[in-house]
Amino acid sequence: MQNETIKILLADDDSDDRLFFQEAFEEIKIKTIVQTVKDGVELMSYLKSSDQLPHILFLDLNMPRKSGMDCLKEIRRIDRLKDMAIAIYSTSSTEDDIEETFVQGANVYIKKPSDFLVLKKLLSQVISINWQYHSSGLNKSNFMLSL
Amino acid sequence: MKLYLKYDTINLCRTILQEQLERLGINYTLEGIGELEIKEATTEEQLAMLTEALRHYGIEIVEAQKSIIVQKIKDTITEMVYHNDELPALKISSYLADKLNMRYTYLASLFSAVTYTSIENFIILQKIERAKQLITTDELTFTEIAWKLNYSSVAHFSTQFKNATGLTPTAFQRIIQKRRDKNDEENR
Repeated sequence: MQNETIKILLADDDSDDRLFFQEAFEEIKIKTIVQTVKDGVELMSYLKSSDQLPHILFLDLNMPRKSGMDCLKEIRRIDRLKDMAIAIYSTSSTEDDIEETFVQGANVYIKKPSDFLVLKKLLSQVISINWQYHSSGLNKSNFMLSL
Repeated sequence: MKLYLKYDTINLCRTILQEQLERLGINYTLEGIGELEIKEATTEEQLAMLTEALRHYGIEIVEAQKSIIVQKIKDTITEMVYHNDELPALKISSYLADKLNMRYTYLASLFSAVTYTSIENFIILQKIERAKQLITTDELTFTEIAWKLNYSSVAHFSTQFKNATGLTPTAFQRIIQKRRDKNDEENR
């Protein structure tokens, strides 16, 4: 049970950010598998066709073709995806913007840090709390975390 | 004189298991090779004695023991937070050690190894989850919730809520309300 691998998906159009993200997880002690997609359109077709859903999706808000906010709204209307946690992973925005993502069904909001060590710490915190919701039967609709 | 022996290890192990389990009064069924199902009424003490007794024969309980202990810790904490109107007067570490009949330092290190979080963090998480649940039912004020969950003041409660979630209790309440309004609109 404790050795289950945590499946993570990142949707981000910035290739440097994708690389940092993957490297951060390589150094975290929790066993994870990270996959990435480049934009919202690719994300939605991945989610609709895959039978292996991620435990948690990290979602950039500013992406070409289809924005993170549009993806968030669409995902939360799909019943099959309702157990998947969604972490918004974005450059800083106003308190109101952050609150709006929670209202639309996001579980986590992370402001992208510029420091790699901070990124590692934040991601490890998110994964560990998400794991608690997953393994301890907590009410996911009350899962909100702003970092 | 030299004698030559032939023995059936599977049968041997089954016999040892049966003898020891019966001696300890544990209700069990033997499944396939190397699998043992124990009925729920088994106490931690019985499990600990079984572990000890089997070790003598070189038989080790591999996986279940740790998961069971972690689950018991979680259950004890959850019950404490959800079902006791007053949290125990003992320190939580002594309470858990008493209840599970094991040293707290052992419980703490086992818990971290299996769950990637500490017992202290798990308690905070559960208390905050309970607080969220109470906030969403709209029946109690923040002051009443703080009191119910054994915080020294509403300020202390708000601080811990903010530290754990990044949101103030007020912001959390507002988000829940907006989500409800949004759902009502969509269902209209």
